[in-house]
Amino acid sequence: MPQISMRDAINQALHQEMARDERVIVLGEDVSGGAGGSSGTRDAAGGIFGVTKGLLPRFGEDRVIDTPISESAIIGAAGGAALAGLRPVAEIMFADFVGVCMDQIYNQIAKFRYMFGGKSTCPVVIRTAMGAGMNMGAQHSQTIYPFLTAVPGLKIVVPSNACDAKGLLIRAIRDDDPVVFFEHKALYPRKAEVPEESYEIPFGEANLVREGEHATVVAIGRMVPFAEKALDALAKDGITCDLIDPRTLSPLDEDTILESLDGTGRLVVVDESPPRCSVAADIAGMAASRGFSLLRAPVAQVTAPHAPVPFSPGLERLYVPGPQRIEAAIRGVIAA
Amino acid sequence: MTLDARALARAYRTMKTIREFEERLHVEIATGEIPGFTHLYAGQEAVATGICFDLGPSDYIVSTHRGHGHCIAKGCDVSGMMKEIYGRRDGLCHGKGGSMHIADVTKGMLGANAIVGGGPPLAVGAAIACRQRRAGNVSVAFGGDGSANQGTVFEAMNLAVVLRVPAIFVFEDNGYSEHTGAAYAVGSRDIAGRARAFGMPAEKVDGTDFFAVREAMQRAIARARAGEGPSTIEATTTRYYGHFEGDPQNYRAKDEIARHRETMDCLTHFRARMAQDGGLGVAELDAIDREVLALIDRAVAEARAAPLPGADELTTDVYVRY
Repeated sequence: MPQISMRDAINQALHQEMARDERVIVLGEDVSGGAGGSSGTRDAAGGIFGVTKGLLPRFGEDRVIDTPISESAIIGAAGGAALAGLRPVAEIMFADFVGVCMDQIYNQIAKFRYMFGGKSTCPVVIRTAMGAGMNMGAQHSQTIYPFLTAVPGLKIVVPSNACDAKGLLIRAIRDDDPVVFFEHKALYPRKAEVPEESYEIPFGEANLVREGEHATVVAIGRMVPFAEKALDALAKDGITCDLIDPRTLSPLDEDTILESLDGTGRLVVVDESPPRCSVAADIAGMAASRGFSLLRAPVAQVTAPHAPVPFSPGLERLYVPGPQRIEAAIRGVIAA
Repeated sequence: MTLDARALARAYRTMKTIREFEERLHVEIATGEIPGFTHLYAGQEAVATGICFDLGPSDYIVSTHRGHGHCIAKGCDVSGMMKEIYGRRDGLCHGKGGSMHIADVTKGMLGANAIVGGGPPLAVGAAIACRQRRAGNVSVAFGGDGSANQGTVFEAMNLAVVLRVPAIFVFEDNGYSEHTGAAYAVGSRDIAGRARAFGMPAEKVDGTDFFAVREAMQRAIARARAGEGPSTIEATTTRYYGHFEGDPQNYRAKDEIARHRETMDCLTHFRARMAQDGGLGVAELDAIDREVLALIDRAVAEARAAPLPGADELTTDVYVRY
């Protein structure tokens, strides 16, 4: 099976879905790029991270739409087009920019179906790049999925590897509900084995990345490879854990987490977001209410601090939960 | 294009239906039987009717919090609307939307919208879908003078120009953005001028004149169908009631509404035009009045008698599948 990067896996998913269904359109800032430039070169960017490269030459300007820097118009246009029968994949260049178009996401597309009494569908996918680790500062580095996970009507996807990213994005495009698809910037170049053919990964089904006996580790996005590193280190001391990647935060596969907890009795949740009202807090709360009798130690949450993402590389390294902090948290719950 | 008697009757019936729907709501809301927030469209009927007159179910409109008139003009079922406003299970949105979220996608009515400036970006998206379909359909964004100050509206107008999509922006300047005068809140008070600055043609029309509104809309539709992109229509009008029902309107001069009812009434204007040009006689117009009153009576009676949603419906329709 070919090894390809997460960037290429997402690009492949977009190519395959656009070829399969002509209702699928892509829109956003620089998704092709170059329009109106002095060189006349189109597909000059293919998205700022190159994820949408090659779509315009293949599918044309009617379906691959470069927009002005107007996030509200991008998401609103995607929502209106979806109500009118298309299946738009809108790109918000950096997840931080969701702040600019929050109304269109949580008041408009998330609520249409309910407000209209179930008589409409709004099959929009919002793809957006997130995460710290590239010294991009406080407005280009956040993992803002917690506050969108809180919105009824949205589905939230956070892939941790190339293979999942492809299957989850194909599922998202075929889904009749609005989906926000978070792509961690640091994972774009990471390669994995990815089948060339089209495939779907269902929502609400967590991936049991590793099996073990001493604790349950739930990790999100880039925290999954970091947790694997931590587990590699712990293996030398004979410590093994279940490592669960929820893959979708809404819906959340609570049962897989609780089943694992039934065997281990100890839970560590790893989330790159700040701690308050985070997905880590949400999962810890779920475990405390649904799995209280299974717990043999307090739940540990490994998160970023309650602070914006700093710029200076040394500070940013401290900000992001890394393998060592995860390892220490696992040792902590086992010792408790 | 001149209208035959049948078409004139349709125009008058639509305006009269909107008027009586709203006048009746004003009365019924005072009884306390209707829950929530209601924003009445009375006074502005010629705009919705003139704009929607030549649209079909495959053309789209996106409406506002003051949306009843747009819904009726776009063909939404009056009884279904009334039930929705009463919060009933058989309402157009099963009682989950209410006055501010009435929608009927099958009629091309993509929703009233309680966020000022929320609709125009959606209308541009529907216009993208129209362009893709290549069947000559158009997409209309309704907004008021208040929405003309929202950044989302400017984003939508610019995007529509950039993509040359068949979108038509309609601004109904009724003089007030909630409780603040447009004379204060709309710098320059020239909304059409703002639209022109984005690179699209814009017309200012008398929003109390059905014929003027419709003719401006016909020009905008022709441009859209010819692939020439978006247009804007700024219609000057007035509202007969407050921002919402219960608004004491102490920001308006005591005689303003009475004066506007006297001088700016679209139904009176329409009847005067008929008396002058012919087309429909007084007897025919009066017959429509009676027909409409009966329709509204029936809608209210049906809404009152309709069942409320069951508790089991609280969490349905959040997702297609979850």
